[in-house]
Amino acid sequence: MYKTNYHRASSVEEAASLIAGADDGKLLAGGQTLIPTMKQRLAAPSDVVDLRHIADLKGISVAGSQVTIGAGTTHADVANSAEIRSACPALADLASHIGDPHVRNMGTIGGSIANNDPAADYPAAMVALGATIHTNSREISADDFFVGMFETALNDGEIITAVSFNAPEKAAYQKFPNPASRYAMTGVFVAKGAGGVRVGVTGAGSDGVFRATDMEAALGANFSGGALDATSVDSSGMLSDLHGSSDYRANLVKVMARRAVEAAG
Amino acid sequence: MGAEGIGARIARKEDKRFITGKGRYTDDMVVPGMKHAMFVRSPHAHAKINGIDKSAALAVPGVIDVLDGQQLTEDGIGSLICGWAITSKDGSPMNMGDWRPLATGKVRYVGDAVAIVVADTRAQAREGAEKVEVDYEELPSVTDSTAAIAEGAPQIHENAPGNQIFDWELGDSTTVDAALASAAHITEMDVVNNRLIPNAMEPRAALGHYNSAEDHYTCWTTSQNPHVARLVMSAFYNVAPENKLRVIAPDVGGGFGSKIYIYPEEIVCLWASKRTDVPVKWVADRTESFMCDAHGRDHVSNIKIAFDSENRITAIKVDTLANIGAYMSLFSSATPTYLYATLLSGQYNVANIHANVRTVYTNTAPVDAYRGAGRPEACYLIERAMETAARELGVDPAELRRKNFITEFPHQTPVIMAYDAGDFGASLDAAMQAADYSGFAARKAEAAGRGKLRGIGLSCYIEACGIAPSQAVGSLGAGVGLWESAEVRVNAVGTIEVLTGSHSHGQGHETTFAQLVADRLGVGIDTVSIVHGDTDKVQMGMGTYGSRSGAVGMSAISVALDRVEAKAKKIAAHLLEADEADIVIEGGELKVAGTDKTLPWFQMALAAYTAHNLPEGMEPGLKETAFFDPANFTFPAGCYICEVEVDPDTGVTDVIQFVAADDFGTIINPMIVEGQVHGGVAQGIGQALLEGCAYDPQSGQLLTASYMDYTMPRADDLPSIDVSTTKTESPSNPLGMKGCGEAGAIGSPPAVINAITDAIGNNDLTMPATPQAVWAAING
Ligand SMILES: Cc1cc2nc3c(=O)[nH]c(=O)nc-3n(C[C@H](O)[C@H](O)[C@H](O)COP(=O)(O)OP(=O)(O)OC[C@H]3O[C@@H](n4cnc5c(N)ncnc54)[C@H](O)[C@@H]3O)c2cc1C
Repeated sequence: MYKTNYHRASSVEEAASLIAGADDGKLLAGGQTLIPTMKQRLAAPSDVVDLRHIADLKGISVAGSQVTIGAGTTHADVANSAEIRSACPALADLASHIGDPHVRNMGTIGGSIANNDPAADYPAAMVALGATIHTNSREISADDFFVGMFETALNDGEIITAVSFNAPEKAAYQKFPNPASRYAMTGVFVAKGAGGVRVGVTGAGSDGVFRATDMEAALGANFSGGALDATSVDSSGMLSDLHGSSDYRANLVKVMARRAVEAAG
Repeated sequence: MGAEGIGARIARKEDKRFITGKGRYTDDMVVPGMKHAMFVRSPHAHAKINGIDKSAALAVPGVIDVLDGQQLTEDGIGSLICGWAITSKDGSPMNMGDWRPLATGKVRYVGDAVAIVVADTRAQAREGAEKVEVDYEELPSVTDSTAAIAEGAPQIHENAPGNQIFDWELGDSTTVDAALASAAHITEMDVVNNRLIPNAMEPRAALGHYNSAEDHYTCWTTSQNPHVARLVMSAFYNVAPENKLRVIAPDVGGGFGSKIYIYPEEIVCLWASKRTDVPVKWVADRTESFMCDAHGRDHVSNIKIAFDSENRITAIKVDTLANIGAYMSLFSSATPTYLYATLLSGQYNVANIHANVRTVYTNTAPVDAYRGAGRPEACYLIERAMETAARELGVDPAELRRKNFITEFPHQTPVIMAYDAGDFGASLDAAMQAADYSGFAARKAEAAGRGKLRGIGLSCYIEACGIAPSQAVGSLGAGVGLWESAEVRVNAVGTIEVLTGSHSHGQGHETTFAQLVADRLGVGIDTVSIVHGDTDKVQMGMGTYGSRSGAVGMSAISVALDRVEAKAKKIAAHLLEADEADIVIEGGELKVAGTDKTLPWFQMALAAYTAHNLPEGMEPGLKETAFFDPANFTFPAGCYICEVEVDPDTGVTDVIQFVAADDFGTIINPMIVEGQVHGGVAQGIGQALLEGCAYDPQSGQLLTASYMDYTMPRADDLPSIDVSTTKTESPSNPLGMKGCGEAGAIGSPPAVINAITDAIGNNDLTMPATPQAVWAAING
């Protein structure tokens, strides 16, 4: 790791001013992506602004059907939250399968979506749940937030404060883990809510998370695994690497979508 | 045997320190004034070095020196050697290229060491290493063995034209070709044995300490054979004369073969310590381990098995291309030849066998022995071909094997080996029974009802351990003898120290070796200490690899114990006024048979050291040494049966059942043996389903350079393993032992792949059988 200056922020405002004042600063949440990247010397921020001690960024609240999760909430807290388990068990299930216990106890939902790793799990859920991403300056719909691989709509120094969504009627997430990293090689989150059916796909697309709109239409008409038989996934838009060709990933999208629909019941 | 003797299932003495984090590894060693090193490594697969600019690195605060290959050459440090000379079939010696500990002129793989930076801290050394500017001129590279011997491939070493190191054969091709010509059936297959990265839990490390006042060197290093390291570093690398070099291999966290070899880093740390006059420590990071530890396997083969009209094997013909990597590592030439082709008879009675092996340089990490070393490659080839033959012939794979089993011993194969003992039918029966082989059809039907493809696969493996005798291996080209030594020291109070040339890095020697002593003398294992891993303490030894520590290392202890017992009996007979022949050693006492006269063991020991009353002319003391050179290899063998379910939608393979029925001869501690089988099978399932080293064919970059891309087996990838043993004793050593360290890794891959190909009905499947590969095979 290269030398860096560490700052501990105690409020969002303080964090914002610290990051604005830094030469080439980085926000630090759970550190589960940023710290390994720094240790590998692939990132060399001049300053690191630690968000972990900002109480406002943590916690889960459910008001009616509206679910809000603070950006600094760990994967473990989401996985174990009684509120989430009752409002959206699929999301708790997703969080419980991220990495290992160490990662889940440190990593945060804000860090995960800010990073927008094409193989991360949360982006699929955010898209499928039609979530809203709250920052210190605005609200962004999940559809607009995830721009491409490792790319989001966030401006420099903009801080995610929370995500919110309406609890779906039914939902399920099916993850096919990469055999080595156990990130999602393909993960499909299917949610049926007031606004219809949404299908978020992570791990597979060459441009990061995407919505499978054909599947959404088919499932909107008939929410059953069989409804997906008539849909097809175009492999040309899929990632291809050592672990999975684009054809294989296209197949997985369909298989995982069907299993998610069946799991959602 | 007693509660702690041979056959006792007792917990390992060493586990407390390992489990509580109190092991002492090379990285735990600290000497006053110690500094830290980082290596500058090639980012290119193949490039000319036009110059090295150290000025920026030397300016980094804390950097003490930056040393390169030019300086190493000036100081007369030798090139790395290969310990086994192979002669090509045309009589020419192998074409071995020069391997400098720090590259000069050219780099030949990604990770090749170019310079060492010594600094006050590791971070400063890393900083310095980044600032060394090497002017590289990139050259075209080749990583695949088939591409490397093709016309026009980039030339890696000047003296290996066409990148070929040797073209070697074993067996009689004329008789084999004749048998093939008159065969009733021939099964032919192309088989790839995938390249693996060892991934010992503890990365390699070295601490070199030159003491200028005493003109003496000490090297702490992660070695499976510290004496061999000392020998090679003094005799060939010119680091220091043997008497001025002490090599210590303290606790070592796994080796699997990768820590047999003497690597550039320990040589360079010792030399750098002299150049800088500070102790120099280097510890590999995980990326360096992936890039620079010797890799394993990487064979491409064709096999033909000929059968007569009664399905008896009449001949086996094998053609293999083995990837050696960029340099010839210490045993790299032996692994694809004498440790491989000599096992191509498998468990079968085959009159005619011929193997042709070509080895080739590529721009990849060196390839050498890795858990099983040659025998897994032979076993995978034969056992996949036998299963395939059974399918082609329409007979039960178990019965085709049984029909061809060798049933009389000793048995001379046409490929050097003389199998000394075995009962292959017994292992097959045991495995079939444990696996409920006959109930498989019903299980398959039940799985089909759940949409799963169920398959079963067998593997009847044989391997060779305890490479020996020294004279024989010497005549085949080995550079060293393959005996082992032991010294048994009985202290004045009767406690015992055993000094052994074997090295324990996970095998549990501190327990099993003590069990042997307990068995012989009837003393508790707590009174026995095993000393190993330090050339200043232990007499010359050959180290641990090839499952040799039991069959060879313990045999040496056994012979030394014979000598200790003989002297102890003389002393007891003298003190008890009895005939020497009537003395028996039992329960920690020396007794006169048939009387109630006894002498406690410790009193006999005290008498040996007080020397107040010893037999006429006897020297005081009680300590004996033995060097044991076995008469033959040992031949562990067994039968593995694997049952899988494949999800046709995703290609995911679930290993439902794994049965291992092994014959290891005499077993000292069944719990440790089971652990070795569990670990070996885990590694074999890893090779079959998960692990595959990949280089980018264009750039020569290592694609699987971290756990993000290299899949190690994890607990949830593995089934519960059903382990059992049958027993025929090896007549080649006094204990009847065969060795169990590698069997699991040797026998399991073909069982897994045979099960998957049975499940999916497509035999065209290469390891690792990842979900994608299986899915493609189902849909291909
Ligand atoms: C071994 C391992 C396994 C893993 N497996 C998985 C897996 O299976 N699935 C999966 O989805 N993920 C996985 N991860 C990643 C993990 O979920 C990370 O926790 C997550 O991607 C990043 O979250 P973090 O809180 O650790 O963020 P950090 O690493 O601290 O930060 C990541 C990035 O987000 C930025 N950031 C953080 N918080 C904010 C904020 N509030 N506003 C704006 N920007 C912010 C940072 O500046 C940085 O650029 C794994 C990680 C590891 C180490």
